[in-house]
This record gives sequence, structure tokens and C-alpha cells, in this order.
Amino acid sequence: MNRQMAETQEEVKMKKTVFLGALAVAAVTGGVASAATLDDVKARGKLNCGVTTGVPGFAEPDANGVWQGFDVAVCRAVAAAVLSDPTAVEFVPTTGKTRFTALASGEIDMLARNTTWTFSRDVDLKFEFTGVNYYDGQGFMVPADLGVSSAKDLDGATVCIQTGTTTELNLADFFRSNNISYEPVPIETGAEAVQQYNAGACDVYTTDASALAAQRANFEDPTAHVILPEIISKEPLGPLVRHGDHEWGDIVRWTLNALITAEELGVTSVNLEELAAGTNNPEINRLLGTEGDLGGMLGLDKDWAERAIGVAGNYGEVFETNIGENTPIGLARGLNAQWTDGGLIYSPPFR
Amino acid sequence: MTTLADQPISASGSSFKLSMLLNDTRYRSLTFQFIALVAIIAFMAFVGGNLVRNLAEAGLNISYAFLGEPAGYDINQRPIEYDSTSSHGRAAVVGLLNTLIVAFLACITATVFGVIAGVLRLSNNWIVSKIMSIYVEIFRNVPVLIWILIIFSVMINALPGPRDFRGEDATASMSFFDTFAFTNRGVFAPAPEFTNSFGSTAELPVTTTGMDWLLVIAALLLSWFVARAVANWATRTQEATGNRPTTWYITLAIWVVPVVAVLLFLGLTWNVPELKGFNFRGGMQLRGSLIALWFALSIYTGAFIAENVRAGILAISKGQTEAAGALGLRPNRIMSLVVLPQALRVIIPPLISQYLNITKNSSLAIAVGYMDVTGTLGGITLLQTGRAIETILLLMLFYLTVSLLISFFMNIFNNRMKLKER
Repeated sequence: MNRQMAETQEEVKMKKTVFLGALAVAAVTGGVASAATLDDVKARGKLNCGVTTGVPGFAEPDANGVWQGFDVAVCRAVAAAVLSDPTAVEFVPTTGKTRFTALASGEIDMLARNTTWTFSRDVDLKFEFTGVNYYDGQGFMVPADLGVSSAKDLDGATVCIQTGTTTELNLADFFRSNNISYEPVPIETGAEAVQQYNAGACDVYTTDASALAAQRANFEDPTAHVILPEIISKEPLGPLVRHGDHEWGDIVRWTLNALITAEELGVTSVNLEELAAGTNNPEINRLLGTEGDLGGMLGLDKDWAERAIGVAGNYGEVFETNIGENTPIGLARGLNAQWTDGGLIYSPPFR
Repeated sequence: MTTLADQPISASGSSFKLSMLLNDTRYRSLTFQFIALVAIIAFMAFVGGNLVRNLAEAGLNISYAFLGEPAGYDINQRPIEYDSTSSHGRAAVVGLLNTLIVAFLACITATVFGVIAGVLRLSNNWIVSKIMSIYVEIFRNVPVLIWILIIFSVMINALPGPRDFRGEDATASMSFFDTFAFTNRGVFAPAPEFTNSFGSTAELPVTTTGMDWLLVIAALLLSWFVARAVANWATRTQEATGNRPTTWYITLAIWVVPVVAVLLFLGLTWNVPELKGFNFRGGMQLRGSLIALWFALSIYTGAFIAENVRAGILAISKGQTEAAGALGLRPNRIMSLVVLPQALRVIIPPLISQYLNITKNSSLAIAVGYMDVTGTLGGITLLQTGRAIETILLLMLFYLTVSLLISFFMNIFNNRMKLKER
């Protein structure tokens, strides 16, 4: 009798400990959020950047364990601008579930993880999206031998989804508005979802179309799978920081804009050094710090943008080396072309 | 001889001094308990105040208003009606029911596995007892999450997909006269439906409702009472005459006739699953995620229960077995009539902990995509609303309540099984 009373008390005690732990974590959280991130990063000498647990082309460690990819390039550019060292980045892999807690708690300084800019994340979760580095949309991938040509033929299909993402909600909306049924299979990470999809435990895998293309590139036979034409949502993906530290938000925002403007103005990794010596184009001069002091306004030095562009080139170059048409991922620029080429990539002026 | 110092203090209250709070053993423990209580309250107040202040600083507030907002996501296993327009609160209830379903199923099967393995581990047959030792040692020494993942991945890779059932050259076929389908998405089985249901309408003539099942349960309850009366009558006859009348065919009739009558009245038909489109439709589906989680939890916890059962049996002195043997009881009867009833007193208290473990371990469900309360309230709802503290507090409250309820009922059961000392 006494024994099981003790057992029960043990349970209660454990719950209490967890409760206190949760409170303690929450108590610490509030304090960190209001500190000046730029000073923290400089003092630490390292930028903590949240990335995915591994999406080919966007963020994945290569054979030598060095993180590579489209999102990783943004982290490295910020590190180069702030710390003058593109390798001074601590990459923190986050799942769809852990990413926001990691950012809100101050464990990471910025998040560059295919994260969709939505109203509630911006307003309710108290984050600041610093721009869009990839305009995406949710798509569906099915095995080619199913003979499905449209997402509207998917009535009754079993669908693998990454849980805790906007895709889960878009999926529910799409099937409800088309009056067709489906069976959701919620999965924690993209890798596990792919595993189940390949084992045939689900008929369809849905996520952002760019990630579908990236995952398909790693399949044994990529041609045996088709991505359906329907894009059922707008998914503007971009880096984000915490609310409340606007100086830090400005640095991340304008680093991304520097990469975009560099492409628009024709500044590449090849001619960067030559142009940094001074040109007769005032906007290039302002961008690269030979005219005005935009860097000083950010709390950085004059060459910040030159260093950021110097890491891997301008936005277009980063795109082509990581996810462009000549890579296994093979994504066309599409919506992500410069506005001058009919795309949506557009940076406010450097003035 | 009696001195003043030997007089009880309470008799002369005026002699109480403040220093006695520390020096007198009668008051000292109370003093320290009071100090500890004040310290704990102060600490809780400090942490709580800190939390509230920091949350306010970050512009967050504790609010449960999100429970009424539409959830916006779908759940595959729905014990009650739910769709993506239902509220977060309802999604939490669906998850809660799913937790209770898998915990209930796993408690039953874990007990069955545990009792069988525990008894067989003490078998005189060398091979049987060694096999059971291997079962116990392998299963309880590998983390349950690993077992859940292993069983699930074996299931999805070994069983055929619904696609394999299609076409002329199908590589898989349905079992038991084309009524059951074992696929890597779960088991599809025929579901009972009634043509004369209480819920029948002109558009939906064949259906089932809760009322139908209540009627069936009522018939079973009736059978149970009558069968018990028959058993009592048989015992009385045995005590009076020494011969127990043969009652098995009466009992069988009592159990079968009312239920069959009710089912015939309702017009029972079977809704057999059929391959339509991507999946089997109709019938009932036992999802792969539920099967994997249920099986892994039962087989893992069963190994612990086996050890409890073995300990309980070994705690009964050998004299009991020998005495029963001397009375002419066969080994099976000795185990079920003499040893196990006494062993239960030792087995039940640790068994409660195992049931609590099953309930708590069921929160690993998301590893196989089973939508328990940690998956809905503590997973998707938390992420979509960002209300981490609120949802985690609710989750803790839920698991605490369920665990305490299990302890409560098992304690009642334990008190009934306990040795009655007079």
C-alpha cells in the first residue's frame, strides 16, 4: 500500500519538477529577447543561425561536414558583414517544431529555414521577417505510375505532411474547398516523410515545391515521380529575427537586400574587387561603401556589403550554385527572377 | 517520584518558551516543516512572478482563448466527429481520446503478455523458460522509442501497399475469404452495420448509431446477470447435494440467444472493405500507427510486468503449492486457484506503475504519426498558435489527471485483492 502511494507521489513530484523547469525556461526567455543581438554576436565572435535538419540545396552539410546551401548562404553573408568572417557561423539544425522556440528563446540569432512569412507568425508569434529570399508555393509529388495528373484527382489518397508547418493547414483548406477527402499522415521531419513515401505508406508527399524538387533529386530514380501542376498556396520564404531588436533586424534585412541589389546592378564575385575601388555608378558606390556611409548607419563599417557579396557572389550566383538549373535540384528562376526580368525579387534602393 | 519537569507541558500551558521551538523535540519538527513550507511558497512566488513579469515584458499574456478558434488541420483517427473547421479545444479532445484508446489497449495486452511470460519463465521446461528470459531481457533493455520505430518500419516495409492489391497481376490479395486486408497503412476489417438501425433514414438506410450499440450492450448485461444467477444456483446445488449440475449449455444459450435476437432485430450486415481509388474504403481501419504504437508499448511493458508476475509467484511459499498438490489439485489448477490469487497482492502495486508508464510513454506517438494529445494539443496546436506555456500546462494537467485516476482505481482494486486481516 505504502509502496504505490510512494509511486504516485513520485509521479506528482516529477510533474512538479517539469513544471518548474518550464517556468524557469520561460522566465529566462523574456530576459534574453530584449538584449542587443549585435553586441551579443560580436562578443561571442560567432553567429548562431537556425537552419533545417537537411534539405538538399537549401541547407545540408556536405561530405566534409561543412554546411552548404541557399539558406546557409544568407547566414554566411550576415556573418561576413558583421564579423568579417563567413565561417564564423554556428549552424543550429531545427525542425518545424523547434525553430520558433529556438529563435524566441535566443538560442539562435536568426532563422534561415524555408520559413513562410505569415501574418500570425509576424504579428502573434512576435517575429520580424526581414525579406523574402525564395517565393515558393505548396505542391504535390506522386509516383508517376499512379497516373495522376491533377491534385483534384487525389480523392481518398493518403498524404504525408510535415507536422507543424503551414502546409498542413493549406492541405486541409485545399481538400475542403474541393470537396474531396484524404487521410493525413503527420510526420516530424522531411527525411522521415520521404522514407514513408518511398515505402508506399502514403500516396502523396506534399510540401513546398522547391523542397519537393530538392528531395526528388536525391531519389534513386527521380523520373519515377512527378510533381503535380497545382500550386495551392503562396509560400514566401525568408530569414527572420525576433521582434524588438530593430537594429539587428535591419542588418539581416539589408544584407539580403545587398545580395539582391548586387545582382540587379551587375556586381558579381568576379568584378567585385574592381568595382569596390570606385565606379561612376553612385548606387554601386553607395552599396560597396566608396560613397556615403550606409554601413555606419547600420552600426557596421563601410565594407560590410562588399564582404557579404564576397562570400558566394550576388543573389543570382547563390541561386545558380545551390538550386539553379545546372544543379541536381534544377529549379528555374521563375518568380525568383529579378523584377527587371519579370520576377518578384526586388530590393528597395540603397540610398 | 514525580518532579515538575516530568509533568506534561500541555497541562500547564504557561511554561511554553520561545526557545522550545528549536530545543524541544516535540516542537522542533513542526518548526522546520513550517520553515520549509514558507521557503517553498516564497520560491514558487518568485518563479511565478518572474514568469509573469518576463512574459509581460515580451508582450505575451497567458490566455486560453485559442481553444475556441478553428483548428484548421485534419486528424486521421477521429473517435468523435471532427474536421478542420472544428476548434482547437475539440482537436485536443480528439487527441486525448486517442491517447486513452492506445493506453487502454496497451494496458490490457501488456498484462496478458506479462502474465504469460512471467508464468512461463518459471516453467520447468528449460527451453520455454529460457525463451521467456530472452524476451524479457531483450525488450526491457532497449528504449521503447526504438521498439516503436522498429515495429513501424518493419510494418510499412514488409506489408504490401494498397496499390499491390490492384489489377490482374496483383502481388497481394485479401485474407479470410476476401474480408480482411493487411496493408502497410493498417488493417482493414469488415464493420458491422444495421439495416434496421435507430439512425436509419430514407437517404441512409444502412448505418450504425450509439443507440444500436447500447441495445447490444444491454442484452449482454442481461445475459451476465442471468448467467451469474445460474452459476449461483449451481453452487448452491453443489453445496446441498455434493454434485454440481452441468450448466455449460445453459450458460452458452444465455449468452448467445439475447445478443443474436437483438442483432437480428437490428438487421446486422457487414460492410466489407473494398479497394477504391487509392485506398480501401468501407469497413473499419486499424491504422498502422496505432498498431505499431500499441504493439510496441504492450511488448515493452509486458517484459516489465513479466518480472513483477515472476516476483509475485516466487513470493508465495512453496508450502502452498505442495499443500494444494497434496489435496490432489492438478498443476494448472494450483496456479490459477492457489498461487496466482495470493501472488496478486504482490503483483498489483508495481503493476500500477507499469500502467502509468504505458500512459506516459504513449506520448511518443508522434514518432509514428499517431495523433495523440501530445500530437494535437502539444504539437500542431502549439505550433499554429504559438501558445507554448498554455498548451504545455494543459498537457501536464491532462497527464497528471489521467495518471492519478489510474492510480485511484487500481488502488481500489488493490484494496479488494489485499489480504483481509481480521
